[in-house]
Amino acid sequence: MSPAQYARCLGGIVRREALRWLYQRSRFISALVRPMVWLAIFGAGFRFVLGVSIIPPYETYIPYEVYIAPGLVAMIQLFNGMQSSLSMVYDREMGSMKTLLISPFPRWFLLTAKLLAGVAVSVVQAYIFLAIAWFWEIEPPLWGYLFVLPALILSGLMLGALGLVLSSFIKQLENFAGVMNFVIFPMFFASSALYPLWRVKEASLTLYWICQANPFSQATELIRFALYGQFNVIAAAIVTGCLLVLMAAAVYGYDPGRGLIARRGGPAGGE
Amino acid sequence: MTAALAVTGLSHSFGKTQVLDQVGFALQPGDFTVLLGLNGAGKTTLFALVTRLYHSGTGSIAVFGHDVRHRAAAALAAMGVVFQQPTLDLDLTVEQNLFYHASLHGMARGQAAPRIEAELSRVGLLERRRDRVRQLSGGQRRRIELARALIHEPKLLLLDEPTVGLDIESRQFLIEHVRKLCAEQGLAVLWATHLIDEANDQARVIVLHRGKVLADGNAAELVARAEAPDLKAAFDRLVRAA
Repeated sequence: MSPAQYARCLGGIVRREALRWLYQRSRFISALVRPMVWLAIFGAGFRFVLGVSIIPPYETYIPYEVYIAPGLVAMIQLFNGMQSSLSMVYDREMGSMKTLLISPFPRWFLLTAKLLAGVAVSVVQAYIFLAIAWFWEIEPPLWGYLFVLPALILSGLMLGALGLVLSSFIKQLENFAGVMNFVIFPMFFASSALYPLWRVKEASLTLYWICQANPFSQATELIRFALYGQFNVIAAAIVTGCLLVLMAAAVYGYDPGRGLIARRGGPAGGE
Repeated sequence: MTAALAVTGLSHSFGKTQVLDQVGFALQPGDFTVLLGLNGAGKTTLFALVTRLYHSGTGSIAVFGHDVRHRAAAALAAMGVVFQQPTLDLDLTVEQNLFYHASLHGMARGQAAPRIEAELSRVGLLERRRDRVRQLSGGQRRRIELARALIHEPKLLLLDEPTVGLDIESRQFLIEHVRKLCAEQGLAVLWATHLIDEANDQARVIVLHRGKVLADGNAAELVARAEAPDLKAAFDRLVRAA
């Protein structure tokens, strides 16, 4: 296979993901409505309950909505990562995972291409959300919109890789409700997305460390800092580390010889 | 002549359950072979191993001499597959589905377009190419999947229970179409089914039961050997004796 053929394969996979996203109206709309509901309702409700003191990267007191916006961007990516890999819930995708895997390209490449395709969609979604959020006075500096791009790509890759790992390893997660309850909600709530971690620390030291160890917190912080033109080295390092570990696990999970796909017999519960 | 598909001593188990036990057979170019077995005989597992979804415990599979394990790219490039469950994107158009498949084989759009047109015309659905797959009937979707499997011009075609859920007319179309491809293009075909009437007298039949090959030969020969009135009776006798 030549480099041009690799490029065509990647292009085809990205194109398909983008088309599916555009055509599946309900997925398209819910991807936008979900964070807006959080921002408009949850944010407004808690605005006067939770005070946010001045913490980096913010240089002044900020409304609660401004605090949660980066976490909601990360949430978009979390949902997207789960959906693009576990979308058999939507249309019995496990069949189409098979069509992907019988392509003559190496499996690591196919999985990476699928991951990149999901990330491309999630980055567009994140920008659409940020554009709408601007009307809620979430107005990061203009260059922040540019700085946040690499952060979005990195966090999107990490959360997408998590979805791939889950799709290869966990047989029971055959409906999205299970993913919501056991992956999305715990990751989202035990993170710095909705409340600064110093506040969590006051409540429970154990929970604080759980939140710190949660890669979703690090993805949120990476996005938060980047949005204000700053680079959070620790968050970037942890997100990158998690990405590498998760991607290795996904490649292992889908390895025809060793992975669980072999022991179980097909992507997500074949016969 | 190099076999289109050579399966040798293939065994596979999931945990303690032995799904395939020393399965062996070879397909030559132009062969239309029916892999006949009840549900749970191991057909789907055999297909998964041949398409390298995962590897077997023991044994080997070669496609035109390319070992599936060691030369996967060459082996996969030479085969087209129609899976048991539908695998088209319902929200995408017919053409978009087919272009996606072409890209998975590294084909440029310019190269894929005439192939897509040719295969769609052959299954009589060229005028539906801009329709969403969701708008097509079950039989039409199957035909599209068959067209898709042939876009990259494979020399080996694998079909896993392709007629499940189809009406008689669609079934007939599919079988005749694939037989014609065999005869005209020298395509080697492995057609897995539990429907005995899909094997005509000339077809080669491999009977798979509980992971073992019970019989392999021309349908008429199998009937004669089992001293049965027809293939169904021959199949029943073989399975009962096993």
